[in-house]
Amino acid sequence: MSPIVLSSSETLAADTPSPHGERHRRVALRRLLHDRVAIGSVIVFALIVIACLCAPLYAKYVAGTGPNDNHVTEVIRVGGRPTDVVSTSGIPIGPTWQSKFLLGADSNGRDVAVRLLYGGRTSLMIGFLAAAITLTFGTLTGILAGFFRGWTDTVLSRALDVIWAYPVVLLGIALGTALELGGLKLGPLVISGNSLFVPALIIGFVFIPYLARPIRTQVLLLREREFVAAARLLGKGSMSIIVSEVLPNVTSAVVVFVPLIVANAILLEAGLSYLGAGVQAPNPSWGTMIASGVALITSTPSLLFAPVIMLVATTVSMNLFGESLRNAIGTTTSMAGR
Amino acid sequence: MARYIARRLVSSLVVLFLVSVFTFLIFQVIPNGSPALRIAGRGASPATLAAVVKEWGFNQPLYVQYADMMEKIFTGSVVSYSGNINVLGQLRAGLPATVSLAVGASVIWLSGAIVIGVISSRRIGGTVDRLMGVLASVSISVPVYVIGAVALYFLAYKVSIFPNGGYVPISQSFFGWLDHMILPWLCLSVGFIGLYSRVLRSSIIETEGEDFVRTAKAKGLTKRRILVHHVLRTSMIPIISLWGLDFAGVIGGGAILIETLFNLQGVGQYAAESIGLLDIPPIMVIVMYGTFFVVLLTTAVDILHAFAEPRVRLQV
Repeated sequence: MSPIVLSSSETLAADTPSPHGERHRRVALRRLLHDRVAIGSVIVFALIVIACLCAPLYAKYVAGTGPNDNHVTEVIRVGGRPTDVVSTSGIPIGPTWQSKFLLGADSNGRDVAVRLLYGGRTSLMIGFLAAAITLTFGTLTGILAGFFRGWTDTVLSRALDVIWAYPVVLLGIALGTALELGGLKLGPLVISGNSLFVPALIIGFVFIPYLARPIRTQVLLLREREFVAAARLLGKGSMSIIVSEVLPNVTSAVVVFVPLIVANAILLEAGLSYLGAGVQAPNPSWGTMIASGVALITSTPSLLFAPVIMLVATTVSMNLFGESLRNAIGTTTSMAGR
Repeated sequence: MARYIARRLVSSLVVLFLVSVFTFLIFQVIPNGSPALRIAGRGASPATLAAVVKEWGFNQPLYVQYADMMEKIFTGSVVSYSGNINVLGQLRAGLPATVSLAVGASVIWLSGAIVIGVISSRRIGGTVDRLMGVLASVSISVPVYVIGAVALYFLAYKVSIFPNGGYVPISQSFFGWLDHMILPWLCLSVGFIGLYSRVLRSSIIETEGEDFVRTAKAKGLTKRRILVHHVLRTSMIPIISLWGLDFAGVIGGGAILIETLFNLQGVGQYAAESIGLLDIPPIMVIVMYGTFFVVLLTTAVDILHAFAEPRVRLQV
């Protein structure tokens, strides 16, 4: 299923936001530290991140090959016997469980383990970058629309409605294919079509309404609270009220969204790359690796299962952590989606 | 009620218009690079490029281009650049497979979710209940095409229970159609069953605390009658509005991912193939039609929802 969690985006409206102070934060943190699932999923996720960060080390010192180096015609020794990396009938070698071709090779004779780690770097980087984009712009539009209401709200909400109206995957495909040719030029910012920033930008953009809408609803309630009125009576301007009164009170809602957005961004990246509208060849990513694994499913299933296991471990750990975080902070936020 | 419907329709029309403008902007006005190159695809010859510029009127002002594009898309005269085939004809050819996939899968996931939701609400904390909780949380982390690929490997290649893909029209052979659709249906539904049964379960538990259920009990109705006629009828409402969103999601995403995997040759696979070839005109048409369909479907579900639950009319 495409990036999805149940329930409506307006659930946040149900719990009236309360000023969250230092004490609340400490309680939440203590709850998290006592939650075995949370600790476990953080450890799994951290291990994956560290492994992917070490990809160049692994490539250089263990496997001795880069992620895009072909070894189609080479022969390696497996258990003392020489074996073709890619057989004459085009079937790549399976897992050898030794330093070279630990998880086998793909049809271009490239080391799957090396590509898996490099692909993880790509997928994680895009996931985090996209999440950063969504968080920045989602929070910003949500706060501006909810706080200023009137025309600002009408314009921003309509814009959010339009992005929301597209099924996530379709909008990703539209932007991905349009940007792949020619890239993007925004003033001084020029991004070429095969850059990794293109999928990150697209995914970050697509998810903005899924954060901005609930934040807006919450800010609409917040701005009517006494402490906002008090700040106004003290003569504070709108910007200062937003920074010192509104922003601190939406942070817990935003924080709850972080793991959800990261997981969904990684999933969407994989989906788009699987379809060819995300990361472009020869860059490895878990999505593109799954796509080539499917093509060779009968002869070399390890090509499919290696990226699948990494992808699922990453998203499951992120989502489990997100659930624990939600319980610890005590809101009932969920990310509506398609 | 009429006022609610009118307001809902007007806001959908606004969204439809804005969607068409935004789609136009994505494909024709994104800065940098010529839009002609974008439409003609990679490695187009100068002659093709010139033809594209002329055909799509890129030398015209933007509002003329927009009107032209809308006319082309909605009169069905868009032609793909790989193979020069009319896009609408291709869509028509693929529609039966896509509709079979989406409708069949949603029948399975709705009925599965009702059965399992009811069972787990009868025994809260029981095996079924806990299993569905796990399934619901796993399903948000595992994409459909991964479920599909793994299922294909184990159930079609390792053990040949199911055919390894392909589509047989229902008019040709009903059982052939069924045989080829079952695995894609199940792969699409399994995650939804987990989610929906969770939602239904909590909705049933909530409804059972309502006064009218106590009244029904006091009247001495049987448990089964209370469940089917009083509780389920109310607690189905959230499921139905959720279904609107997810059915749309399947049409606009799940189908694209799963049709290719199972070689169902539907609209989704056509979209995926066009992406592979970077053939922009079909993608443009599919994005536009798909999003329009989704907007109209969610509007219809919202209006039905308002009929079922009068409270909704006061909101929005």
